[in-house]
Amino acid sequence: MGEAVQSVKSKEVLLSINNIEVVYDEVILVLRGISLDVPKGEIVTLLGPNGAGKSTTLKAISGLLKTEDGEVTRGSIQFKGDSISNRDPDEIVRRGIFQVMEGRRIVEDMTVIENLRLGAYTRRDREINSDIEKVFHYFPRLKERTGMAGYLSGGEQQMLAIGRSLMARPEMILLDEPSMGLSPLLVKEVFGIIRNINREQGITMLLVEQNANMALHSAAYGYVMESGKIVLDGTSEELLSNEDMKEFYLSGGEDRKSFKNLKSYKRRKRWM
Amino acid sequence: MNFDLLIQLIVNGIIVGTLYGVVAMCFVLIYKSTKIVNFAQGEFLLIGAWTCWALLVKFELPFYVSFPLTLAFMVVFGILLQVVVLRPMIGEPIISVIMVTIGLSMFFQALVAWIFGGYTKAYPKVFETESVNILGLQIESAYIMSMVISLIIMIGFYYFFKYSRLGLAMRATAFNQQIAQSLGISVKHVFAASWAISAVVSALAGVVIGMVNGVSSALSFIGIKVFPVVILGGLDSIIGSIAGGLIIGVLENVAEFFDSQWLHIGNMYNIAPFYALVIILMIKPYGLFGTKDIERI
Repeated sequence: MGEAVQSVKSKEVLLSINNIEVVYDEVILVLRGISLDVPKGEIVTLLGPNGAGKSTTLKAISGLLKTEDGEVTRGSIQFKGDSISNRDPDEIVRRGIFQVMEGRRIVEDMTVIENLRLGAYTRRDREINSDIEKVFHYFPRLKERTGMAGYLSGGEQQMLAIGRSLMARPEMILLDEPSMGLSPLLVKEVFGIIRNINREQGITMLLVEQNANMALHSAAYGYVMESGKIVLDGTSEELLSNEDMKEFYLSGGEDRKSFKNLKSYKRRKRWM
Repeated sequence: MNFDLLIQLIVNGIIVGTLYGVVAMCFVLIYKSTKIVNFAQGEFLLIGAWTCWALLVKFELPFYVSFPLTLAFMVVFGILLQVVVLRPMIGEPIISVIMVTIGLSMFFQALVAWIFGGYTKAYPKVFETESVNILGLQIESAYIMSMVISLIIMIGFYYFFKYSRLGLAMRATAFNQQIAQSLGISVKHVFAASWAISAVVSALAGVVIGMVNGVSSALSFIGIKVFPVVILGGLDSIIGSIAGGLIIGVLENVAEFFDSQWLHIGNMYNIAPFYALVIILMIKPYGLFGTKDIERI
């Protein structure tokens, strides 16, 4: 690892996952020994194809695994030094980790304001209204929407889902595919806001993405998952210049005129 | 045709209908947040009314002490019922849970009959009741009081679900349990809270009806009459339960009127809502306000 890695690694680690295994329904092994570290205040991204176990990793952290009959059967998840594996999701939120689930899971029959107030469910202070204003500062277009949240556009729903996570004043946000189903322009806008939130609020983020290019340009460090294992990790610069990454995730490093020259399937196997 | 009687009956129907609406709201509250069809809803009224009666008559406490005590008891009762009986049933097939609530209904009916006997007992006079003449209609002041209480409960429900932290959490849980959990809401607490609120408000309705008609096992029959109401309004709609309550309340009184004037079948008051139930299920199975994908029972 290069010097840049050292500087990332030397920061205080907020979340540390050590060799976890996740089993669904007591038989289906989904994660096969995942380890990763998220330093405080950084954006770390988790990349990989469909079914690699990225969302499962996030759910293992947030405790939502329990709602799907999943369980962490081995290894440890530590947040600020405390073990948090197999805890109830509401306890994890109270500890300061908030997951923005895949597919903009907002409460569709509530208004924008009601959704935001729901995000602050675990808080009991009186600053909720000023925090709603803070969310509108990042997402000004949400302020104009007064109807039910189900009628918002896809991009606005994603913005509401991210804004709602801010309402809980989390130390760490787990973002599951914020770019899903959005137009390229909107993806750019949403990622810009995510970077702003990270910089200005100092919120640590673990970002799961299919859009590797966008994610690596926002994150400091990245992990690549395949079939329930981490196959590659490095700083964003390293990953962006990695030949395999270019080949499989960054849509062709060299000019690809035909699929003839595509590196063989074996090459991919070697990672695992 | 006796017009005055008809109008009088319609007014009675509206008054009774608001009470049906309140009980139906309690039923819908449980159905929405926990997806349980509660056949023991009527027993909440029964237990609440008898508890208050016992405190008033046996322990000779004044009303302003026994009434809050009853409500407090019902909070504990609702939470205990959820935690002890229904929480272990989470994840079981819907039909098993329904059988459990039917069992609870029979158990509590028998328990109450065992403790208090099978006869109707009158409430001691808590408030002066007299007939008031409004626009030529004779209305008992007790009925007016019951209607005012029902309206206060309905407005309370509205504000509770619109603005309170727990109310919003309940709506989120009803919408999608996983989303609610991802926001830090404890679904267990929401379930317990919805049973507690449902038990308290039903008991309140039970006490109100008890004060007007006396307490007897007939109270639990309201729990059965709630079915035409919620099926008309839609199983998962709070607004629907109020509308359904009013419609069924008026319907049964009007049916009684027509029966007494011309048909002479007898007991239309109790039967008409169930004719309506069958017809609604045939032409509009999701009710007036219900969403279409809900489970039919």
